[in-house]
Amino acid sequence: MTMTSHLDIRNLTMAYSDVIIQKNLNFTVSHGEVFVIMGGSGCGKSTLLRHLVGLMEPSSGDVFVDGVNLWRVPLEERNQIVSRNGVLYQGGALWSSMTLGENIALPLNEYSNLNQKQVQEVISYKLSLVGLAGFEDYYPSEISGGMRKRAGLARAMALDPDILFFDEPSAGLDPVSSRLLDELILELRDSLGATVVIVSHELASIFTVADNSIFLDPDEKTIIAAGPPKELLKTSVDPRVKQFLTRTI
Amino acid sequence: MSTHPSAQYQIRTSPHGLNLQLSGDWQFQSGIPNTDALLQQILNTHPETLSFDCQQLANWDSGLMTFLVKLVNSCNENNISTQLETLPTGIQKLLQLAFAVPERKGSRRAVLGQPVLAKIGNVTIEMHRNWSDLLAFVGELFFGFLNFLRGRARFRYSDLFFQIEAAGPSALLIITLISVLIGMILAFVGAVQLRMFGAEIFIANLVGLGMAREMGAMMTAIIMAGRTGAAYAAQLGTMQVNEEIDALKTMGISPIEFLVFPRLLALCLTMPLLCIYADFMGIIGGAIVSATMLDISFFQYFQQIQGFVPLKHFGIGIFKAGVFGVLVATAGCFRGLQCGRSASSVGFAATSAVVTSIVLIIVADAVITVLCQLIGI
Ligand SMILES: Nc1ncnc2c1ncn2[C@@H]1O[C@H](COP(=O)(O)OP(=O)(O)O)[C@@H](O)[C@H]1O
Ligand SMILES: [Mg+2]
Repeated sequence: MTMTSHLDIRNLTMAYSDVIIQKNLNFTVSHGEVFVIMGGSGCGKSTLLRHLVGLMEPSSGDVFVDGVNLWRVPLEERNQIVSRNGVLYQGGALWSSMTLGENIALPLNEYSNLNQKQVQEVISYKLSLVGLAGFEDYYPSEISGGMRKRAGLARAMALDPDILFFDEPSAGLDPVSSRLLDELILELRDSLGATVVIVSHELASIFTVADNSIFLDPDEKTIIAAGPPKELLKTSVDPRVKQFLTRTI
Repeated sequence: MSTHPSAQYQIRTSPHGLNLQLSGDWQFQSGIPNTDALLQQILNTHPETLSFDCQQLANWDSGLMTFLVKLVNSCNENNISTQLETLPTGIQKLLQLAFAVPERKGSRRAVLGQPVLAKIGNVTIEMHRNWSDLLAFVGELFFGFLNFLRGRARFRYSDLFFQIEAAGPSALLIITLISVLIGMILAFVGAVQLRMFGAEIFIANLVGLGMAREMGAMMTAIIMAGRTGAAYAAQLGTMQVNEEIDALKTMGISPIEFLVFPRLLALCLTMPLLCIYADFMGIIGGAIVSATMLDISFFQYFQQIQGFVPLKHFGIGIFKAGVFGVLVATAGCFRGLQCGRSASSVGFAATSAVVTSIVLIIVADAVITVLCQLIGI
């Protein structure tokens, strides 16, 4: 394993055309760390995730993945890098014309050389990890929102990626599923050594899983707090951070 | 790359049953051995317990996990107890997660082939249901219309104006192009025949009558079916997918009044106007061919049309256009509201909106033609 951090974000400024969403973001995510991005809704968390997975080009600044500058390398190399990501989108983003099984099979067929029997076994294993055992033949439109989210998670994990990005994974989940999800995230880190970057509002979950975090603010348009959430809770004096972490108004 | 040997297993007897030794890299990239024989061997031996020895196990990923899940499942089915605590903790926890939510009863689907007769039956029932749904929709539309007459229909006039703009002026360019070409084609085909009889001047009658009575309305309707009908189906279909239609319903607002009505009215108003325009453009197309191929001057051509194509033919065409407008809007909105909950069903809705529209247009055209024949106009 290299000594460089897994993700290194330097002076990142994000904008939709001319409207700046966040500026001067600086943070690093180490290998095998669970990293949480916090902030009120609309402050740009999903947008930040889109920059980290190579969907949006920074307005200025750099995103390094394993020491490689994502936006200074040729498209092919970038595709190579991002294909190793596992991404769970906010709405699940399952392909609606395919069954859950086919959704998970697509990356497996594209990027691995498993035979069809092995593919089926991986599908049923991944679905069972997210509590959807036996739902291979359902279409996304035939299951609930929370189930779609979990199926999206199974698809994100299909290739055992070494870095996973989850956009509000527990939104829409019942407490038990949400608890199992936390457990799963910790296992991905501990057993498989994966790096996990999560956008989350779920305080209980944040305190359970996070090794490190940043807190984005929509008014200052930058990071106003960084560090392990448990420590932030104790040490942060910023009222906005305190409010968020203690759920007070 | 790792320097570990590739995945291997060895099975030994232990005091209480069997012991499975796993060694090397159990990863998909480095290749997973075929474990069917092993599984069979364990089931045949049917030990009391199965324990694991993972001292030599190096790297592992989902390749090992899928194998273990399969193994533990078959052992459970055959009452072989597995000593999971002899596995590394990481694997234990992942297995626990995989088994935490047992498969919900009846969730798995039996994928059975359907006999041909059943398929034919299903298609027939589906078709029947489709048409009765369409009838119900038309009924609802009718009541919406009554509400509208009483001034109680709930929709926004801004929507109506927007739809009129989208259906009317924006379509002029394509209508111009198609109508002029159709007029030219009619004239061209006629010219070749009429020249044989020295009856070139009747080209004006042919084009004038053809455009006014049939082609003007028909071509406008086909264009609008592809352009606007499909758009209606896609718009309402997407709203269906996003639960926007449900949101309207739960607020007590009828989607028929709020969404379908402005669209229906818009097409019903713009289609006759577009038809007049198309008639005119088609006649101009005919004039161009007559002037260039048959040496008939514009003046002669238009005088001939004025003299021999009575206004009633235009009236019939315009009436048809109004009817087609209603049909296209109805088919488009109907298919949109019928749409399922996924992106692919939106595409299907748009396709079937166009197909339904065209079928309805042709059928209506035939019916109107026969009726005109009967009443002698
Ligand atoms: N496609 C877009 N075009 C313009 N602005 C956008 C777009 N998507 C999001 N935004 C704006 O960017 C901000 C951050 O959005 P987002 O990253 O989705 O927030 P969240 O933190 O809730 O995930 C919001 O204020 C939103 O209005
Ligand atoms: Mg978001």
